[in-house]
Formats: sequence, C-alpha cells, structure tokens
Amino acid sequence: MSVWRDVVGQEPALAVLQRAVTDPAALTQTWLFTGPPGSGRSIVARAFAAALECPDGGCGDCHECRTAYDGTHADVDLVSTEGLFINVKQTRSLVELAARRPSVGRWRVIIIEDADRLNDHSGNALLKAVEEPTSRTVWMLCAPSLEDVLVTIRSRARHVRLRTPPPEAVAELLVRRDGVDPSVAINAARAAQSHVGFARRLATDEGARIRRRDTLRLATSIHGVGDAVDAAADLVKIADEEKERSLDDRNRAETQRLLETLGADPGARTQPPHVRAQLNALEKEQRTRATRVGRDVIDRALTDLTSMYRDALVRHTGSGRPLVNEDHVAAVDHLAAIMTSEQLLGCMETIGVARERIDANVAPLLALEAMALDLRLPR
Amino acid sequence: MRPWQALPVTSENLIGVPRHVPPLVLVTGPEQVLADRAVASVLTQLRVTFPQLDVVRLDAATYTPGDVIAHAAPSLFGEDKAIVVADVDEAGDELQGDLLALLAVGLEPGSTLIVRHKGGNRGRKVLDAMTGAGARVLEAPAIKTDRDKTDFATHEFRAAGRRATAGAISALIEAVGSNVAELASACQQLIADTTGVIDEAVVTTYHGGKVVATGFRVADATLAGNASEALRLLRHAIAAGVDPVPIVAVLAQQLRQLVRVGNAGRGRSVDIARDLGLAPWQVDKANRLLPGWSAEGLGRSIQALAAADAEVKGGGRDAVFAVERAILTITDERQPR
Ligand SMILES: [Zn+2]
Repeated sequence: MSVWRDVVGQEPALAVLQRAVTDPAALTQTWLFTGPPGSGRSIVARAFAAALECPDGGCGDCHECRTAYDGTHADVDLVSTEGLFINVKQTRSLVELAARRPSVGRWRVIIIEDADRLNDHSGNALLKAVEEPTSRTVWMLCAPSLEDVLVTIRSRARHVRLRTPPPEAVAELLVRRDGVDPSVAINAARAAQSHVGFARRLATDEGARIRRRDTLRLATSIHGVGDAVDAAADLVKIADEEKERSLDDRNRAETQRLLETLGADPGARTQPPHVRAQLNALEKEQRTRATRVGRDVIDRALTDLTSMYRDALVRHTGSGRPLVNEDHVAAVDHLAAIMTSEQLLGCMETIGVARERIDANVAPLLALEAMALDLRLPR
Repeated sequence: MRPWQALPVTSENLIGVPRHVPPLVLVTGPEQVLADRAVASVLTQLRVTFPQLDVVRLDAATYTPGDVIAHAAPSLFGEDKAIVVADVDEAGDELQGDLLALLAVGLEPGSTLIVRHKGGNRGRKVLDAMTGAGARVLEAPAIKTDRDKTDFATHEFRAAGRRATAGAISALIEAVGSNVAELASACQQLIADTTGVIDEAVVTTYHGGKVVATGFRVADATLAGNASEALRLLRHAIAAGVDPVPIVAVLAQQLRQLVRVGNAGRGRSVDIARDLGLAPWQVDKANRLLPGWSAEGLGRSIQALAAADAEVKGGGRDAVFAVERAILTITDERQPR
C-alpha cells in the first residue's frame, strides 16, 4: 500500500479509496476530492490513480505506480490551470480524451486539480462525460470545498472529504520521508498549520524560517504610522524573497523531472532538439506562473501573521491548546497581555480585508499599508 | 563614477589607438539601456581599429548549437569579427558549452567576443571563464530608485553639454520615470529638439499630457489640500479617457513618501534621500508639504485610498466616484497652515 505513503492523516478517506481499488467491478467513475489547501487533494488523487493502474493495487514501486503518481503515465492526465478559469476549449479536448480507451493501463484517469475553476460554460461542456463516463474512464476532480464546485458537477460525483491533517501526522511524515529531527518537525508542522509543503520548507530551509520570523515580528513591532508603512514594505520584500526561492526550487525540480521523463541525461552538456523544445516550453510556463505564485506567497505570509493573533486568543481562553507559533511564545504572550479579545479579532479581520483586496487586484503594497495601519499596537 | 558615465565615447580618445578593446568583453547587469550602450560603445571603439568590422549577433532564445564555434572559426577572407551574445543568463547547455569550448581554445586575432549577462546563476561558468581569461567587465546596474533615475537623467544632459534645472528633471521623472528606456529616449528627444536651458516648462510642453503626469498634478493638488483643483484635474483627465488606476497609484506613492520623509526626522535632504532611496528633490518636496500634515492624517488618507483602489479595481461606474471621495477625504485631513 505504499503508493499512499505521502498521504498524511487521511485515514477515513483512505479506507474508502482502498476499498474501491480492491473491487474494480463496482468502481465509481467520477470522484470529487475536497479539502483545505495543504490537505493533499492532488496527492490523494494521484495516489488513487496509481493504485488503479498498478497490477498490485498500489505497490508504490512499479512503473505504473511511479508514472501514474508523477503524472507521466500515458493514461493518466493531470489538468490544472494558471488562469482564472478552465475554458471550454480545454474541457472539450478532455471530453474527447475521456472517450478513448486506455492505451496501456487498466483505466484512463483524468484528474482536474482545480475543478473550482470550471465556470458555467466549461462545466456544462464536461457534464455529460462526467455523468456517463466511457466504461474504462475515471474522473477525479479536486477543489477546496463542495461550495466551490458547480452544483451540476458535484451532484454527479462521489464526494471524498479530506481534512487538515493533525500536525503530529505531518511531523511524522517529515521525520520518515525527509529525515527531519522530530522536535524541529513538530514545530514546523504546527507553524505551517499542517500544510505539508510549507512544513517541509520550514523544517529544511533556514531562509524560510528567517522570513517567517520576520513576518511574525511585525505583529509586535508596529507602533506609529511610519512603522506601518515600513512594515508593509518589509512584507512585500519578504514575500518577494520567498517567491524567488520557492520558484527556484520548484522550477529546478520540474526541469529535473521532465528530463527524466524524456529519458534525457540531466548532466549532458547538449540536449537533443526534441528535449530542448520541451525544456523551452516548460520555461515559458514557469515564467507565466510567477505572478500567481507572488500572490500565493503574500497570502501565506498573511496566514502566518493571522496565526499570531489567533494564538493570543487561545491564550485568552486559557485552554492550554497548543499554539501554532510555539516557537514565538514570548511575542504571543505579549500580544495577549496588551490586547483585548475584541482587538485581536479586529486584527484578524483587518488581515482578511487586505487578503480580499489583494485578491481583487488592489496594489499589494497599498492594501498592506492600510492593513498595517490597523495593526498598530494599542498605546 | 556611476557606471554609465564611463560609457559615452568621444572621438578624441579613439584616434590612433591600435587595439583599445581586449578580445573578451563582458557586460553584466540587468539594465537594458545601459547594456545596449555598453555594447554600442565597444563596437564603436572596435571600428576605429577594425573599420571593416563584421558584427554577428546571437542570443540565447534562438541559439542554434555550433553557431558560436562556426562564427569564431578563421574565415577565408580573414574578416575582423565581433560576436555579440545576448542573454547568456538564459543560455541553454549548448550555448554555454559552445562558449566554454571557444574560451578554452581562445579567439582568432581580430575577433572579439562580447557576452551579455543580466544576472543570476545560470551561465555563471561562462562568466568565470571570461573573467579568468582577462575579459573587460562593463556594468549595467539596475536603475531603480528615483535617485538613480535623477542621476541618470542629469548625466544624460550633462554629457550632451546641456543644462537642465532640478524642476525639469523632477517633472521628467514623474512623467516617464517608470520606464528607464523611455526616460533615456525622452532625454535624447529633449536634447535634440530644444535649445538652451531645459526647464520645467519645456518638459511639460513635451511630456505634460502623459497619464502619469496627470496623476502627479492631481496628487500635488490633493496633498496641498486644494480639493476643487484636484477634482477639476481628475474630471478633466477622466473625460479625456485617462484610467483612474494610475492616478490612485501616484497618490499612494506620494502619501507614502510623505510618511517616510516625515518619519525620517531632521537631517540634510541628501542624507535622508540616500537612506530612503529617493531623490533629494523628492525629499525637499515632501518637506514643503509636511507642515500641513499629521502622521495620523496621512494614515487615514492611506486607508481611504486603499478602499478607493478596491472600488476602482472592482470596475463599474462607481470607480471615479470612489477616487473623488478619497480625494475629498485626503484634502479634509490636511490642516490649514
Ligand atoms: Zn505498483
């Protein structure tokens, strides 16, 4: 069952999926995976696809498993969009693809990683294919929540809800898979609020830890109007650095994977023309992604900042629940001491407003300045 | 000396010098305008020594493997050659490999290799090999802050033997400063099309109609507390089809500068400007406006503007109204002196 090894803290969902794998005759052919960011929607879908293609039901090691999991299997297609919507043209070609029998595997699997980006048009184009799939086609749709998916689509799919994994489970994965020290792992998992990717970065990248610390420090350092304007500039700068770093890592990993897929020698000085063409296409895609990543990174920093105020609220309740920011207890306690619960909630709200504004294309620096002004500490 | 001050070439320093340029030249840094000039000036210098110079231009994006080697090979007619390779920071393995191979064997006499590298780690090996082989390194650093731009423009005029007033330079940077290439060509245009001292009025004649310049006029009136003038300018601009988005952006930038300069405390404008990455005239301008402002008032103004930006980005007919309301909020915040 080791194709599921990167799936963390999703026991209820796994039970359902593993049962489905053992009885292919009764397999539901349209699935909908929902769960908050970091819950591993796409990882679950890919592991499920691998388990369906694998002769042993998901051994994790065979060719079928590996290629299905990393999206290079001839019969497994991963669809995601960098745009705001998946358009009709894209869906039509998926419908065509879905009508074809699998070429080498047992199933044709189409995974739509952001089904929340189907709009009325593209969703309708998909409807019939999803409702009555060809006998050997399986659809897997992923979205943050049920409400994000068109009613017409979700009523035709079997829904599997993923949860935010407990930090202990994420920490366990970091220890097992990445060889992280257990005490570092649990702090990172809590700090990342169980987002596996961020947790891993925090556990393994000193720079990421420093950038997070600098972000959190803003919660206790804004006194005057001048501080607020400086804090906003700092946030933008921190986010820029984080963006550079995460793009670098991701791009390099993708390039490596592409070379392996194409059977090219990554160390070769000269790549043959067909490899070069694919590399160029990938680089172009990577460039267009930068904008969206920039926004995600600011979003992440705001999530970090919010967690400080939430931790201070936890202190007010005196519940003794573990903090997200166990590694910044002193700052949390300071906030809890100088602000009322209403003020803390107000800060969380103001961060939410900034997030919505940036989402709506307001100049990030201006939105963050307005936010930072509201985050000034009470005198 | 700022790097671009070394670049212009005059005929005096060229005549009679056998070979002014070493066979390897490396142009590093992201600023396209400066890099273009560096290459142009190197080619000009080379043509003094090699009047029949054959210039071959290659770039990373369209590179065909083997091209560098082929062009560098000794030719039948023994032409003097300059091979200019752009974007080596985006070079694939072939281009990097070919360059390294060429550097390992060395160039033919009469050949010059000019390599451009904008920054980053890709192509680093080529850079190291070039500097190791004694390449001349010319820098094209980013012109980012308004201070850099002020220095740049000032030097442009001075190099052409012209004088521009501080007001002219500030107006020029407000109008076209967001794009260095545009700033450079605006300077050249003013040098070519005008005579005498270049002052603010001259610049306004040429660049006053620009959207950004409109934004600055609206911002100036707003920050001076002149609501009716600010609204008049805004409506005029909107009627002329100007988008409110850049107007809001300029207002935000000006408010931000007031806060930062106000927060910097007392000191010489040049020092404050250096610390904040601003041009001294921007600090002086902020200091002239600041007596009418409190920190709290500036803070509330920024918040009003952020709310307006959200409405503007939301589109719809309310966009202009949102900007008008923000302007009224801001002018209200300013206390009469
Ligand atoms: Zn397997």
